[in-house]
Order: sequence, then structure tokens, then C-alpha cells
Amino acid sequence: MKWETVIGLEVHVELNTKTKIFCSCTTAFGGSPNSHCCPICTGQPGTLPKLNEKVLESAVKTGIALGCRINKHNRFDRKNYFYPDLPKAYQISQLYLPFAQDGCVEITTRLGKKKAIRIHEIHMEEDAGKLVHSPFGDVTYPDWNRCGVPLLEIVSEPDFHSGEEVSAYLEKLKSVLTYLGVSDCKMEEGSMRADVNLSVRPAGTEEYGVRTEMKNLNSLKSIERAIDYESSRQIESLEEGKAIVQETRRWDENRGKTYAMRSKENAQDYRYFPEPDIPPISISEEMIRELTQAQPEMADAKKARYMEEYGLTETTAGLIAESKHFAKLYEEVVGLGADSTETANWLGGHLRYLMGQKGLTPEGISIRAHGFAKFIGLITQGRLGRNMAKGILEKMLEAEPDFDVEAYIKKEGLELVCDSTQIEKAVAEVLEKYEQLAFDYLAGDEKLYGFFIGQCMERLKGKANPATVNQLVKKALGEIEKRTEGR
Amino acid sequence: MDSSIMPMTALDLSQQIKEGKFTAIEATKSVLNQIKAAEKSINAYITVCEETALNRAVEIQQKLEAGDKTLLASPLAGVPMAIKDNICTKGIKTSCASKILGDFQPFYNGTVIERLKAAGVVIIGKTNMDEFAMGSTTETSYYGETKNPWDLGRVPGGSSGGSAAAVAAGEAVCALGSDTGGSIRQPAAYCGVTGLKPTYGMVSRYGLIAYASSLDQIGPIGRRVEDCAAIMEVISGWDELDGTSLPDIKSKGSFLQAVGCKADGSREKDFSGELRGIRIGIPETTLKKGVDEDVREALFTMAEQLKTQGAELCPVSMDFLDYVLPAYYIIAAAEASSNLSRFDGVRYGYRATEYEDLTQMYERTRGQGFGREVKKRILLGTFALSAGYYDAYYKKALQAKAVIKEAFDRLFQGCDCLLLPAAPSTAPKLGESLTDPLKMYLSDIFTVSANLAGLPALSLPSGFDRQGMPIGTQIIGPALGDRLVLKVGHSFQKITDYHQKSPGIKEDKQAQGKGEQ
Repeated sequence: MKWETVIGLEVHVELNTKTKIFCSCTTAFGGSPNSHCCPICTGQPGTLPKLNEKVLESAVKTGIALGCRINKHNRFDRKNYFYPDLPKAYQISQLYLPFAQDGCVEITTRLGKKKAIRIHEIHMEEDAGKLVHSPFGDVTYPDWNRCGVPLLEIVSEPDFHSGEEVSAYLEKLKSVLTYLGVSDCKMEEGSMRADVNLSVRPAGTEEYGVRTEMKNLNSLKSIERAIDYESSRQIESLEEGKAIVQETRRWDENRGKTYAMRSKENAQDYRYFPEPDIPPISISEEMIRELTQAQPEMADAKKARYMEEYGLTETTAGLIAESKHFAKLYEEVVGLGADSTETANWLGGHLRYLMGQKGLTPEGISIRAHGFAKFIGLITQGRLGRNMAKGILEKMLEAEPDFDVEAYIKKEGLELVCDSTQIEKAVAEVLEKYEQLAFDYLAGDEKLYGFFIGQCMERLKGKANPATVNQLVKKALGEIEKRTEGR
Repeated sequence: MDSSIMPMTALDLSQQIKEGKFTAIEATKSVLNQIKAAEKSINAYITVCEETALNRAVEIQQKLEAGDKTLLASPLAGVPMAIKDNICTKGIKTSCASKILGDFQPFYNGTVIERLKAAGVVIIGKTNMDEFAMGSTTETSYYGETKNPWDLGRVPGGSSGGSAAAVAAGEAVCALGSDTGGSIRQPAAYCGVTGLKPTYGMVSRYGLIAYASSLDQIGPIGRRVEDCAAIMEVISGWDELDGTSLPDIKSKGSFLQAVGCKADGSREKDFSGELRGIRIGIPETTLKKGVDEDVREALFTMAEQLKTQGAELCPVSMDFLDYVLPAYYIIAAAEASSNLSRFDGVRYGYRATEYEDLTQMYERTRGQGFGREVKKRILLGTFALSAGYYDAYYKKALQAKAVIKEAFDRLFQGCDCLLLPAAPSTAPKLGESLTDPLKMYLSDIFTVSANLAGLPALSLPSGFDRQGMPIGTQIIGPALGDRLVLKVGHSFQKITDYHQKSPGIKEDKQAQGKGEQ
């Protein structure tokens, strides 16, 4: 039997507001344990939450960008459960009236397939702290620094059928949220986390199978691996005639397997009810209008514009536009007068290749627009050979942001001679010395051409722009031919 | 007991301290002496802050003598005040009268405490209450029951029983209480003092350890309406730390002005207190059953006295009172079940000493730390919020709450405020309510509707029953009508002297003051 995998995602994204969702503590990542907290985020008796307006603003921006309907009247609810990392013993979240619903985003998979993914809802909530288990004994220490960091939970419809689609969707969310500037979406720091709901069904049927939920997925790679593993596990079970149990499963990265955490029978009753400490939120028409108008140009629009304005190919335009940092770098470099195609080819080509090799992200690279524009300028001026340029780019990637590429190639003697009088002089000298060979060439011994080029390059110590040398050798030979005809 | 200071109201005392007739130190010492004398029989306090209170009085006195403008302009400078033990005071034990909080000392002051401190108030101690404000008698306290100063065999009411008893017994000049379903007004009535539950949102709840967040409100207890107005002047107003606090209420007029006083607490010379044009609703049919005759009579007499001040009386109907108790007990218990979850033994307060794992630590800590009444309400609230029951209970109760609010809106189209008893009877005997809890719940019938609808309600002495126990009557106003109910109450106190009667407390020479916590 052929099987189809059906996947829905719950993505948690940490918003990058300066302060927490209900108090004025910093949201900075790290910090020594319990140094980023106060009576409010540690749930001291008598304290009250007060909604950070910046969180609402970031949330609404995201809702608009993901094509959602913004619920002008929404409110917070309490999700009650006991755990030592949750100081109030309830999480303030949104269940009954989330701020955004019914959105849609278009994804493009690695194979170039386009697909629309529906978003069920987005809600705001607070993060919990974390527990640190002592390596020296049976002791657990709570760290409440992360308590109250604002989160958005973006809940998709079950519209995915493969890990590849899920990856493309997460890349898309990351692109949109970083363009909006509301989150840095770093999976490795936990500022973007995905829970995967997965079920399988016989291909061509409509009814959903029993689903499992997978947690602890920390990278796109582990998400794809976990999806592959879990699909196979479910299919094998069903083919062996076993039923799937609705449960939460934990992905073990080292073993490459998922393990059952808790089944639905033991599922908690969270006793949700409206949060009485925070009045219902009303979002004005005006706020929605203003935030809609203020939406930045996103990846898709940029890609289309790059193709139209700069004549880039769809692939190159897409590679640059996907990342806000990349697109910004590209536009700044072109703005500084660098050739748009040359710049695009280097950004989307060798730079991306090098970043992939070194595991760098667009926001993590040290290259700045000014230096990169100079780099492109040196290439287009013929002062930097393309093969040499690849090495220089690697050097730039490792150097400080203020790395002066021009000074560097001068100092290292890597600059190509472009001064035509200098090259003309060398060409003239070579052709004079090997006059007879020039006549032989003109008589039909074409393989001698390479010899002339080589001799010229040797005289110029290899630092001449090959194209110019080529051009000037041709020109000089042509002149010799004219002279001899005239005799 | 220093008779020259003790019968004084907060306003008069502060005026005299500012004028140099007394010092703030003398005032504080006088109250501390009274605590030493009366506390063994009353048990109004959980914590008495003798040393910090005296130091604070010295500091205030020095500032006043140095001509500190803020303090000279304050209506409460130098006034010794008691604080209910569910309001957080930095570095002073705050227990909610529960074992589970242990010797918890907050890291911060509640907003009302910050405001009182800025106004030059001396915090004398933390008063006894029903555990987590759950109860109407102050008998559910882990620290033992408080006794009614008018009859030591009776309860002071609750849950702010310690605050009301302290003021009645002269163990504080005035006090803060909190009111979720009548917890300021009913003990004020039982103890013959005046108490206000302000409009929801009028006073910041930041620092009030929550019982039922959507109903809780901090309010004043004093010997006179004027004192309540002065305290409101200081503690009310928008607070950025409380999302439910109302913006811009100060611009709508002064509380002190409503009772004929200037901002510094001095009295306007010719304030008549006349009530011409004010329509007072009397729910006659509501009072026909379930109310003691003396209580009913006191209300009707009060109505007639208000009429002599120029008020108009009009009959009103309150059919919706049948729904208020079920709605109240579901909402309050549901919110409490969530609010009290944070007392889990992890971070502060009591933790069970023997447990094998996390779940057992939770179970034993909470099993041993909470009293019976609190556990009962947590269970009730947890049930009401459970999957499958939410719609039938909590959601229905919220709908009833909305209906009650609308009913009040309609009612206030026909009158400006209304009279209701603070309780169906005067203070019951100690122990009675514990054996018949349903009766205790039913006695909240007249107070909870103001909480459900978020309305201001003032309870003030309006007579004595045949046993000589004080009777209290409420004046309930529309939302934001706090100034109006104070005005009407003050007008009543201008022509009556119920509020000037004091219980005769015998001095107890052997009584020892409680140590500083």
C-alpha cells in the first residue's frame, strides 16, 4: 500500500522585544542564572502582569505578514499546570480568542515546487524558565531568566506531506519574521522551536490517521530526520497491524529515534480560563492600517523586483532575497555603484558556497557593504582576477568588517596591471624580440598565439589583466600584418 | 490607653500632629500601648512592627519639624495604620493568615503601601484575616481567630476581621482591608466602624495577594467616612503595574472634597452635607425575608435620616440577588484555584519536610500548608474549570455576572445610590459559622453583588441591635460613584453618632505586645 504523511506544525518564536512580555526585565539570551528576573516574572505573591505594548505590535505585524485576520478583540487565558519552571503554576497564553487566525503563506521547496500552507492561528504567550540538573547529585536548580520572554505560537493546518516542505515553511517563516525584525529565529538558541504533529494515511484517502506530537527538535536537519523516522515508524506499525497511539514523543538526536513521553490518557487538563489580571485587548483599525502600511518589502517582492530591475535569474534573485541581511547587503553594495549582476553572482554564488562550508548565517558574516562594493569594483575594473577573487573573498569572510580589500591586494602584490601603456610596451617588446615568429603566426601557425601571451605575462610578472593582454596582443599582430601587406 | 489620642479620627490626629499638638511618636506609642493592652483578648494582629513603626514615627516627626512640604500637605501624616496581612510589605512578614506562606517576607511593597508611605503614614502592623481572605469570620486564620471588641464571644466578621477589630479597639487609627465578596464591609459592620469597597480598578491591586482577581479590591477602614475618603485620596489612582487599574480617575474630583475637606485634610468651614437632588433606592421587597428585624429597622431609620438631609427615597427592585451567590462562589473559587497554585513549596513559604519526588512534595506541601476552607474552595474552583464543566459553571457564572452588571445599570437609571444591609444579622458567636458553613456563605448575599458588578459600596454604622451589637448599612453607588457614596455616608454621620460609640475594652495589664517579625 502507498502511504501519505500528513504533518501540522506548532512553531514557537521568541520575539526580540527589549523587555519581557509582562514586566520590564531584559530578554537578553544567556546571563547568569536568575539574573534577568524580578518579582513579576518569578510570580511573587501579589504581583501582576502588565502587557508590553511592543509585544502586541510585533505580534500584529507578524499576523499581517502571514496573511492572517487580526482579531480586534482578543484576550489572554491562563493555562494551569504545576512545574517548577513555571513560577505562577500557570502560563499566560491565548486559547479562546487568539489575536490572529486564518492566514496563509506560500512556500517553495528545494525542488522548486510551490505550495500554499494555511495558518490556523497565531497566539501570544510567555515562555517558561528552565531546570538545570546538577551533574554532582540529585539536585535540580531552576533558572527563571527565560520566564516571561514573549513568544508567538504559529499553528499551521495539517498541510505538509514531507520534511522538505516543513523545512521550506520554517525557512519561509524565518525569512518573514527577520524581515519584520520581530525575531532572530535562531533554532540553535531556541528562539525558534517547532513541535511536529504527524500522522499517516493510505494515499488517496481523506480521513486523518492517529497523530503523534514530536518535541525537542532543534534544527532543520533533525526535523527532517525525525519526520522521516516517525513516518516510517507509523507506516511499519500499521503494516504490522498495530494501532498508533496518540501521544507526545521525544526526538533523540543521537539515536535518531523518537520515544514516547506521555500518552493522551495521561494528558493534563489545563483548566484554561480568561486571565482576569489583563483586561481584554482591543486592536484599533488604525493600528492595523498603520502596521500594514509599514510592512517592509519581503523576500517574494524583493525577488520579483531584482529580476525585473536588475535582470537577475529567478534562482539568484531568490537566493539573495530570502535573507533580510543578504538583501540589505546586496542593495547597499549596488547602491554604492557596484555592478548589480556581478554583485548578485558573487553573493548568490561563491559567498553562499563559502558560508555553507563554514556554517555561517547571513547575519553572522563580517562583510560590510563598503568593502564588498570595493571588491566587486576591483573585479569589474579588471584589477582583480576571478580566481584570485575567490581566495580574497574567503579572506574577507575571515577578516574584520573594516578589512580594506584594495590595500590588501596592493600590499600582497595581487593587483593586476590594467595600465594599457605598460601592457602595450610589454607586447611591443615581445613582438620585436620574436618578430620572425610573429610573421610565422600571420602565415598561419596559430598555436604561436599562446606563446606571445605567455611571454607578455611573464614580462608583466603575471599581474596583468588577461583580457587586456589578449586584446592588445591581437591589436599589435594586426598592425604587423597591415605593415607587411603594405610592403 | 491615652484617651486624648485614641478616640480621634485619622484626619483630626494628622491635623494635630501637623499643628504640633501631638508628635507622630506619641501617636504611635499610644497605639502600641493600646495594642499591648488589648491584643491578648482581641488578637487583631499577626505581626506588630513596634520597632520599625517607632523609627518611622521619629523620621516623620523630624521631617514635619523640618517643614517637609509633602508631609505637611498630606491628610494622613503621622497616622498609625494597620494593614491586612494579604498586602505585601517589603521586609515585613506577609502571611495571608496561612501556614503555607510561612515567614514569607516580600521583596517589594504593594503600590498602596508605597503611596501610604509617601503620605507619611506609620505602618503599625499586619492584621489577622481569614486564610487567603476566604471566610466571613476571621476564624479560618492559621494564627487563631480574632474576637469582636464589642463582645469577645463573637466574631469580628471577615475576612478583614483583624483590620476592623483593630480600628474598633483603638489598636489602629485606621486600616486597609481587601474586599472580594464583602470582606471590608461586613467586618466593618460587625465591629461598628466604617469601610469602603471602591469601584473595581480604583485602587491598584499590585501587591495584594490575590484571592479572586476579577473581584478583589483594596479599601479603607476607619472610624469615620472622612478617614476613608482621606485614605482613598492617597491610595487610589492609576498604577502602571496593574493592568486593571482605571486611568484618569483623579481628574474626576477629590474624595476629600466630597466629604467637605481640603486636600490637606482640614475641614471646609461651612459644609452642610445636604443631599438635595440625590435619589436613594430602597429595595423594600428584598428586605422582607432573611433579614433580622433590627437590621431592617436600622436601614429604614437611616433612609428617613438621609431624607432629612434632602435626599429623595425611591423603591427599587433587586430580583437578581438570587443569582449572585452561585455566580460569586463559582468565579471566586475558580480564580482562587489558579491564583493559589503558585504556593507550591518551590520558591518561598512552607515546604513539606518529607517527600520522595516532585509530585509528593507538591501534594504534601499543599496538603499541610492550606487550611480546610481554602482546600474546599480550591477543589470547588478546580472542578468548575475542568474540561467538560467549564461551560456549565465558569462560563455560566461569567454570564450571570454580566447580567447582574446590566441589572445594576438599569437600577441606577432610577436612583443615584441604594441602601442595603451589610449583612442579614449582627456578628454571630464564635464557632457558629464553622459548624454551618452554608449559613456563612448565605450571609454574603448583600455584599457580593457590588463585587460582581465592580461597584463602590460603603458600609457604615447605622444602629445597634437588642444585644447592643453594632449594625452596618451599605450605600452602593454606580461604577466610579465612590465620591457620591462617601458624600452620602458623611452626610449621615454628620447627623448621627453611631460611629462615635466605642466598645469598652478592658485593659489587660499582663498582655504582652507581639514581637517584631
